[in-house]
Formats: sequence, structure tokens, C-alpha cells
Amino acid sequence: MIDSRNDFASKARAFLTNNVVTIVFVIFVVAGYFSSPGISVSGLLDEVLSRFFRNGLLVLALIIPVMAGLGLNFGIVVGALAAVLAIIPVRYFGIGGMGGLMLCFLIALPIALLFGWLTGKLYNKTRGQEMIAGIIVGFFAEGLFLIFVLFVIGGIIPVAAGHPMIIPRTLDGEAVPGVGIRAAFDMGAHPTHPVAMRNPDHVPGLSNSMDFLWQMDFTLALFIMAIGVVAFLVIRRIMAGKNKAIKKSSKLVFGLKCGFWGFVALLALHGFLMPNGMIFWFPAIGSGFQLPVSPFAGMRMIPVVTGLVILAFCLFTMYFTKTKLGQDCRSVGQNQQIANASGINVDRTRIIATMISTVLGAWGMIIFLQNMGTVSTYTAHRQIGMFSVAALLVGGATAAKAGVKNAVLGLLLFHAMFVVSPGVGRLIFGNELVAEATRNFMTYGVIGLSLGLHVWKTRKAAERELRLD
Amino acid sequence: MAQNLLEFRGVSKNYASNQVLRDINIEIKAGEIHALIGENGAGKSTLMNILFGMPVIHSTGGFEGDVCIDGEPTKIMSPHDAMEMGIGMVHQEFMLIPAFSIAENIKINREIPKENALNSATSRIFGDRMKTLDFKTMNSDARVALDRLEMNIDEFALVAGLPIGYMQFVEIAREIDKTNTRILVLDEPTAVLAESEAESLLAAMRRLAAEGIAIVFISHRLDEIIKVCDRVTVLRDGELVVTKDVKDTDVLEIAELMIGRKVSIDKEDNIVREISDEVIFEIKDLHVAMPSERVRGVDLKVRKGEILGIGGLAGQGKLGIANGVMGMYPAKGEVLFEGKPLPLNRTKQVLKAAVGFVSEDRKGVGLLLDEPIDDNIAFTDMSIHGNFINGLGLRDGKAIRENALKMIKDLDIRCTSEKQNTGRLSGGNQQKVCVARALTQKPKLLFVSEPTRGVDIGAKKLILDLLRSLANDHGMTIIMTSSELAELCSICDSVAIICEGKVIGTLPPNASPVEFGLMMSGICTSTIDSENVSEREVAQ
Repeated sequence: MIDSRNDFASKARAFLTNNVVTIVFVIFVVAGYFSSPGISVSGLLDEVLSRFFRNGLLVLALIIPVMAGLGLNFGIVVGALAAVLAIIPVRYFGIGGMGGLMLCFLIALPIALLFGWLTGKLYNKTRGQEMIAGIIVGFFAEGLFLIFVLFVIGGIIPVAAGHPMIIPRTLDGEAVPGVGIRAAFDMGAHPTHPVAMRNPDHVPGLSNSMDFLWQMDFTLALFIMAIGVVAFLVIRRIMAGKNKAIKKSSKLVFGLKCGFWGFVALLALHGFLMPNGMIFWFPAIGSGFQLPVSPFAGMRMIPVVTGLVILAFCLFTMYFTKTKLGQDCRSVGQNQQIANASGINVDRTRIIATMISTVLGAWGMIIFLQNMGTVSTYTAHRQIGMFSVAALLVGGATAAKAGVKNAVLGLLLFHAMFVVSPGVGRLIFGNELVAEATRNFMTYGVIGLSLGLHVWKTRKAAERELRLD
Repeated sequence: MAQNLLEFRGVSKNYASNQVLRDINIEIKAGEIHALIGENGAGKSTLMNILFGMPVIHSTGGFEGDVCIDGEPTKIMSPHDAMEMGIGMVHQEFMLIPAFSIAENIKINREIPKENALNSATSRIFGDRMKTLDFKTMNSDARVALDRLEMNIDEFALVAGLPIGYMQFVEIAREIDKTNTRILVLDEPTAVLAESEAESLLAAMRRLAAEGIAIVFISHRLDEIIKVCDRVTVLRDGELVVTKDVKDTDVLEIAELMIGRKVSIDKEDNIVREISDEVIFEIKDLHVAMPSERVRGVDLKVRKGEILGIGGLAGQGKLGIANGVMGMYPAKGEVLFEGKPLPLNRTKQVLKAAVGFVSEDRKGVGLLLDEPIDDNIAFTDMSIHGNFINGLGLRDGKAIRENALKMIKDLDIRCTSEKQNTGRLSGGNQQKVCVARALTQKPKLLFVSEPTRGVDIGAKKLILDLLRSLANDHGMTIIMTSSELAELCSICDSVAIICEGKVIGTLPPNASPVEFGLMMSGICTSTIDSENVSEREVAQ
């Protein structure tokens, strides 16, 4: 008895210390939700989901470098810069719609590969300090980027006079080709956007060009997903029965999981079919019941294609860990010396990991910007590194271990924090306006806390070796 | 069989202006176990680095001469090339990833891709590295390799929890799992093994050689070389001294060839030294949490002027005693020095009480590798006694240098100057710097741990002679911990044997090997090896 209790206590303590960041965020979000009177479940979900689809790929981009022992790749900022560099010509020449977006992905690819290669080279020269180097490389790249967008474009590369993206210049009252890109330019309205609908001459833009491709009711999407999860659980259990190598979970856990997702499916079905509730009255027996209004009533549509792209990269990341290259990354991440002695090209593997991360970062940034609709030319990339890293950490990842689960959970929790922080601001400071400060505090706080805990845990593990009998 | 499998032809190597290998010619046949021996700095590691195409060779201008396989000169530019050519190596330091399973470690960088439609499609676009892995076949391959070595451990167990002896076998399993491995280099493979484990390793080597694998066996244990090798090549100062058939030579001759002069570390004077009965140092119920060298309740008494040896098998806790007293690892118990209690876990207090320490971890604890010899020698004394500091409170460079020059002369430290960084010295000379540092502190009691580990025989004798003269001429009390029983017997007045973290008994140095052997295995029976002992303890 005593033994099992001690065991439980130590397990609980281990769980708390391993998940303290996530737990703090759950508490913060719950407290924030209840202290924000104006917020509903559907409102919170709407806000969180729109940010989930906007930022999803940016956070997934961080997983592979963690695996390869590079830590948290703050350097995906250079990927974000590659994205902006790819969008500039596409917008300049007014190529819109899905074709324009694909072109952005295509142009961003070689730029991001080059930037990733250079960043990876730098990481190999700054072994052990990759995270600091990543932050600095972001600042450094920004400098070069600004020279390019403020001087090279127009200064060296000729531009058309009076182009709306270029800082205007006049000579004797006449417009002449300007120099430099404006501080902000828009992504151009999507063909289905009201602005575009009103103006028949409108050049198709990039805004929401992926999001609006195929939209679906949230409830329907949730229903499909829940049914999919149940099907997956059942199939895996059947497979586990045949193959002894797959670990079988207990019947209770399996039942609870299936029950939960089945319930979610029903809830979603209710929201899809009868969002406003319904009164069921059976005259034959003279009684009935009332189905309440769905908590998901009135929610926004889900960008299916964006969701599928994020899902695809989740699967890619999981697939990657099972490949030879993935195993090499793990070996390198565990011990570079041993990997090298085994004939693995450590430097090359680390560079490839950085390049994959940078490309995913660039593509993630394009998805981010098509959702935002405007590009702040000089500053759009700035927060990308910090916020993505913070989101991943909130999901329970560390500088040494990260997975798709951490990314998904982190994206949801981190952005829930964003949404409820005005409420927390009011609760603590009596002022909603400190929300921005609260957000910054939480973002940088979580990075500091996670890195601090990582060091603390490493030292704890070493000290455990040193306990006296 | 007549064809040489591996051949070094006229291999020379310079690091800057320093020639470390000169015109080396070695021929090794298939199925041969070829011993490679030499003092530290003789060029063994450089030769192996060349064989493995290590970056350290190619980034410093490559080498002259040829490495031939099957008589053909080959270019080995990277460890990967070496692997492709069928050259495998078991490193002295384990090359295992603790967080990986045994099978993953065995298959590292030789993972087997799955052959399916998806893989052939992705590999066509992204290359072979994007193929998924067949963990099932990898596990069964690992099983086969472990079975060949007669290892009964689960191939999917993590390496993290394995006993040291098992790790060595995992290393060898990894090399023999390589189907094309024809040349296997074993670098001091028995150094970390208990005697019974070493025996089964030698047996495994013979089996592998019988399968036609050429084995290069680097070892300082001459008796093992005699036991298992066909031929032996002796290197000295970067030159090849001789290659001989083992059956035509013996331990004494090899040792002589290795250092070029007659050696004997046997006790020269069989006179039993007169030692007072005054106990200067006493340990009562000492426990030390040193990983893999735990001490579990040691009681010891040391007489004034005595050289006490501490021996025992690896992992039994003999190294933990000195480290615990010196506060390197958490310790509890009672320690009395000159009748007064020494505080535990307080390194500085212990050093101040005139207790010196030469650690077994030369590079980690003993030396500041990026600092010059003279500062290394002075810095402990400087911080403990405030010596080598001038009137202005600054370091007194002149005094430091003079002290260092005296030590370099007294201890025969081979260096370019007293300003040479200790990281550039050979193992034996590094050890001498460690001893010099402890002596500068003028200790009354000196702990010396593994003073001759990784030190060539010549330097070994110098160091042992030095310790003896410290006791004889200066009345210093010395507690020497060593894995080499012969060396303990050669200079100690008595030898305490540690087993299971406790003192099993104390023997005079001229006691019979049987007595020592029994004590090392815990007295009761001679069959108990260290594995069984630790298992028994867990059961209790």
C-alpha cells in the first residue's frame, strides 16, 4: 500500500515537473475564459482555430531540428524572409489566385533552401550555441533583407513608375520609378472577396487564396475528424491483435478514447444538423424534450485545404522520423561524435535538417500571409521565430524532444492564451489594455521557463546518479 | 592466405613540423590476430586514424605512403569510406547511444530500408535516405550478432541500463554484424572488463579470426597478447621497431622492445619497510555516491609513512574512496586525519589539511588542458595556501615558472617548454604534471588514483619510483589506488582489496596471487565474478 502510494506520489510529481509549462497554460486559459464575460465557447474556438490554421506549418517546421539536436530553430525567421522575397515578385506582377500562391511556394523553395543551407553551415560553426546563433542570424538576415527591399529593388532592379508596391517618387510633378518597397502592401483580394466582386477589373490577389479554396462547416469537419479518429483507433486495435510488436493499450483506455471521440462526433453532428436546437414533441405520449442550442452554433467555416496541408505535414514529420534520414537525425541529435564515427555525415545531416526546417518555415509564412491579407514588409517576419518556438514549448516540447503532438497541443493552447489574455489583464490589472503586455510576458516567459527547466532537469538527472544509498 | 589483406606501405605522417610516424610497413593477413603495441605517443592512434580516414588526418595535410587492401592502394578519406572497405573498429571509449536500443546501436548508419512501392517511389525523387526502416529485420540481425557472441540480452533493450561489460559486447556485435567486415580493430577492449568477461572476449576474438577476419588488437596487456595473437608489431616514437611471430617471443621481450630498455616493475628491495604504528588517517563507514564506483561502508586505517594500496576489480568502488574523501562526489561517514575529523564534501578544507590528490580523471579533474604546464602545477597551491602570489595580490609569474622548471627537471616531464599547454602532452607527461601539482602543495598524505593508466612502461616506472621515494625520503603517507595489482605489489607496504564497495581484507604485497584473486571476488568462492556479486546485492 505504502509503496504504491509513494509510487503514485513520485509519478504525479514527475508528471507535474515534466508538464509544468502546459499546466500553467491550461490554468491561464481556463481562468481567462471565465474572467472574459464576452467570450463563448464558439467564439474562443473560432479565434483559436483561425490562428491554428494560420500558424500551423510554422510550428511544425521546428520539430525536425529538435530531433537533430539543433535545439529550437529560431532561425526559421530566414525562412519567413524567403517567403516575403517570393511573394514580392508575385504581387508585383499581379499574379493571383491559386496559381499565384503555387508560384510563391515554388519561388520560395530555392531561396529557403539556400538560406537554410547557409544557416545550417553557421550552426555547424557554432556547435552547442545553435539557439543563440539562430536568434542572431534572424537579426543579421533582416539587415540584408532590408537593404534588398529598400535599396536594391528600384535602386538596382528597375521598377515601373507609380507601382503601388513601390515607395513613390516624383520629378517635376511627374511620377518616376521609385526606390524600395512600401512598409506594407496588401496581398490583393481573393476573387470571391466583396472588394473584388464590386470591381470587375480587379486583378486576382493572394489573400485567402488557399483558405477560400474549399471551406466547410466546422461541425461537419469536426464530425469527419472524430469518426476518422474512432476508425483509426479500431483499426489499430485490430492490427495490434495480429501484430505483437505493436503495444496494446488496456481495454479501459481504448474504451474511454472511443467513447470520447464518439461523443465528440455526436456533438458535432448535433451542431451540424440542428445548430439552433429543436423541440421534440411526441403527441402520442404527450411529452417530449428540447435539444439545446449547439455550443458550435454560428461558428466560422474551416479552410479545408489549409487544414489538409497542415495534416499532410504532420504526417510527413511522423513519416520522416521513420526514415533513414530521420534515424540519422536522431543519431546525430543524441551524440554527434558517435554518429560521425559510424560514418554518418554529421554536418550534412544537420544542414539538411536546417534546410527542411527553413523551407517549411517559408511555406508556413506564405500560408500565414495569405491568411493575414497584408504584408508588413519590414517587420512581418520578426515575431515568427519567438511565437512559433513558444507555441511548440507550450505543447510540452523541450529543446531536446519535440513531436507533432506537442505542436498541435501547443498551437491550440498558445493561441487560446492570446484570445483570453485581455480577460486575464482585466482580472489581474483591472485593465484590458495590458493584454499585449500579458501576451508578451507569457510568450517570452514560456521560452525562458522551458529553457530554464530543460537545464534544471538535465542537472537533476545527473544528480540522481549521485544519490547516496 | 598468402595475400596480405591489409598493408601499410611506407606510411609517414607529420603534424606541422612534428613527425609522428616514419616509414611504417605492416602486413596483416586474413584470419590473423595482429597485436599493435607501443608506448603512449608511439603512433598507434595516428596509424589507426589514418586507417579510418579520420578528419584529423586529412585536415592536417594527409599522410605519405599507402594503405593497401588486398594489395591494392586505396584512398580512405572518411570513416564512411573505411566502413565501406570492411574496416570495423571497437573504440576504447564506448561509441554507444544510451537512448537507443541495442539493435539501433548495432545497426547505426547501417539501418535496413523497407523494400516497398512507397519507398522505391520516394527514393527515386529524394534519394535513399528517405526510405523508411525495417525495424523487424534490424532486430533479428542484431539477435544473430548477439548470439554469435553468446550474449543473452534482449536486442530491443535500451543501452542506457546495461552493465559496462555488456556494452563492450554490443560494440563488437555492431562490428561483426557488418557483413563485409574483414578487418576489425580492437582498441584496448579488455581494459574495462572483469577477468571472466575478458576471457570470453578473447575467445570471441579467436572465433572471429577463424572466420577469416583480420583483427588488429591494441592492448597494453602483454599477457593477453601472448595468449591470443599470432603476430605483434611494436611501435616506438613513430617508428616501427619490429614485427614478430608471437610464438617466437615472450612478455619480457615485447616489453623490452617497446621501450628499448630493460624493465622491471617488480619490487626491487624485498626488505619490508619499518613503519610506525601511529595511525595518521582513518576512515569509518564511508559511503560515496560515485556512479559505477560506489563505496558502501569502508573502514580503513593508514599508518604514518605507509604506502597503502587499494585494489579490486573495476566497478567495485576502489576509485570512490579517494574521490569521496576529497569531496568530488557526495559522501557520508567519518574521516580522521592526524586525530582530527576531516569535513566531507569540502574539497578545499581537505586540501588545506595537507591532503593531496592525483585524480584518475587526468583530463577532466587533474588538468586545465588549455593552460600551460607551469600554471597547472601552481594553481592548487595558489588557491589553497595563497602561494605564488606577489605583494600586489597578482600571480607571481617568476615563482610559478621557477617551481615548474624544478618540477620538470625532477620528474623528467618531456615538453617543449614550461609554457606548453598540458593538453598537448602525452598521457605519461600529463600524469607527471598532475603529480607535480599535488607535490607543490606539500601534502602529508597523498591520494594517487590510477597513476599509470594510459602511461607507457618507461614513464610508469618513473612515476612508481617517485612515489616510493616520496614515502622513503620525505615520510609522506600515500594511498594509491590502481587496477594493476602488480604495480600495487611492487611499491605498497600493504594492499587493501575492495569488493562490493567494502574492504574485503588487507594483504601484504608478497601474498600469493590466489589470495588476491579470492579477495577480489569476495573471498567465499573463486567463481564469483563482479556480475554475480552486484546481482546478489540487488537481491538483498
